[in-house]
Amino acid sequence: MKIKPKAVRISIVGFGNVGGGVAEAIRRKQEEIARKHDIDIKIVGIADLKGVIVNENGLSEDAIMKLKTGEKPEDMTTLDVIKEVEHEIMVEATPTNVENGEPGLTHIITALESGRHVVTSNKGPLALQYRKLMELAAKKGKEIRFEATVGGAMPIISLVRENLAGNGIISIKGILNGTCNYILTRMVEEGLPYEHVLKEAQERGIAEADPSKDVEGIDTAVKLVILANSIFDRDVTYKDVEVAGITDITPEALKLANDAGYVIKLIGEVDRDGCLKVAPRLVPKDNPLNVGGTLNVATIKTDLAGDITVIGKGAGPIEAASAILSDIIGIYISP
Amino acid sequence: MKISMDIELKDIPGQLVLALKPVSNLGGNILSVLHQRDKKTPSGRIPVQLALEIEERGLDRLVERLKEKGVNVVRIGKERLKESMVVLLIGHIVHSDIRETIDSIDSTGFAEVVELSLSMPGVDKKSSASVTLSAIGKEELKEALGILERTVNKKGIMVISSI
Ligand SMILES: NC(=O)c1ccc[n+]([C@@H]2O[C@H](COP(=O)([O-])OP(=O)(O)OC[C@H]3O[C@@H](n4cnc5c(N)ncnc54)[C@H](OP(=O)(O)O)[C@@H]3O)[C@@H](O)[C@H]2O)c1
Repeated sequence: MKIKPKAVRISIVGFGNVGGGVAEAIRRKQEEIARKHDIDIKIVGIADLKGVIVNENGLSEDAIMKLKTGEKPEDMTTLDVIKEVEHEIMVEATPTNVENGEPGLTHIITALESGRHVVTSNKGPLALQYRKLMELAAKKGKEIRFEATVGGAMPIISLVRENLAGNGIISIKGILNGTCNYILTRMVEEGLPYEHVLKEAQERGIAEADPSKDVEGIDTAVKLVILANSIFDRDVTYKDVEVAGITDITPEALKLANDAGYVIKLIGEVDRDGCLKVAPRLVPKDNPLNVGGTLNVATIKTDLAGDITVIGKGAGPIEAASAILSDIIGIYISP
Repeated sequence: MKISMDIELKDIPGQLVLALKPVSNLGGNILSVLHQRDKKTPSGRIPVQLALEIEERGLDRLVERLKEKGVNVVRIGKERLKESMVVLLIGHIVHSDIRETIDSIDSTGFAEVVELSLSMPGVDKKSSASVTLSAIGKEELKEALGILERTVNKKGIMVISSI
């Protein structure tokens, strides 16, 4: 007789694109995950600015729909849910804040203090307080996983930590922001100025109304900090990164680059000798980092395995949810 | 004319000075000296790489004098700028004195701007340029890029370098 799968109860804090994507991915994959990994994932609490809903036996689809329409929230705060509702893992998906990390920072600290593992897509807390959070997690014997924060669905953190274990990592270079990649790709294709292409990207929902975090390189810098701290064992914050964005790139520069055999990409670069920089760079056309559209890509230079390049969809709620789901499962099946 | 020259010295004190002296005596200019004391040739000599500037007619006399002094000349290279890279500049490149920018590299003696294409969309608009830097070695090329970055950053020009 097959033993019953282990029940893993989760809360989702921040129920926007990513939080909603996680609920959707769990709904679609619950049975398959139970079958393959012996884990029965149940959502027992959801907290958002609109309110919170809880059910220790697992929230129904109906209840989740009602929260989305703003109906019938419980008389509890987000922190009450994290502290008082019994569960194993808190999924943090509130907006990234690189000024002070809030509200995510408080959510994560509270979850660890309450004995919960944390899986986050929110970059802010990790970009500002990485060391402190890891130390707290270690003290509490809990895990913080954050694959969704860098490169969306593209595996990079677990790739390095698990599959490339034993390798020394020399450097990581890559395109970590799909919006910038889209804009630069379209500028080359159409020979159009930056402002024009930005507007098109906004109309297509690829760039936000306020695109500054993406186009000024801040988002790439934040992801780079997470890589520096988690893979290169550095202790840096977003403020330590040398950052330039793509707002000054001209169609003429792209044309000159093209004539010389290059494309221009916004590249984040971190290495074990102290480099920590985001800047537009010339990428030879035949280099694996030359990927177009909204794709993300990273080349990991290792001492044994040589260069390894991963390419994937960097953003999107389902892609982020995929990374979150693999983190949740990883907590239970990793050695 | 700029040239590179590989020579081999006897392993006794004072040989390097002895070898460099004729260069200035013949009106030449030493640009760089790479002296690897810990490396030896099979015959026990010490290899030295020179980069220098000298009149074409002075070169033969220089080689002669070196031989007289017991210095082996093993290679003379006129193609001394071996390493190159392309960088892009974006900004008010022409207004901000492009000559000075180029001179900052050319005056190093170990690197030069060997190619420059400029694209100017309009008087008040930022222009873009692609610049090919060449240098005598990888390290020198890196240094040249650093000099270029420092020179143009002061002028508010952005440098896009290769990965
Ligand atoms: N979207 C992606 O493709 C992607 C990919 C990787 C990582 N991420 C990261 O994942 C996080 C979520 O992204 P998203 O696209 O899902 O953003 P989003 O759609 O704006 O969702 C954020 C949610 O958090 C809620 N919230 C804000 N403050 C809160 C608080 N104090 N307590 C509880 N809930 C709060 C918001 O509520 P209201 O709507 O009521 O304001 C909203 O529902 C961000 O940190 C983002 O950087 C996103």
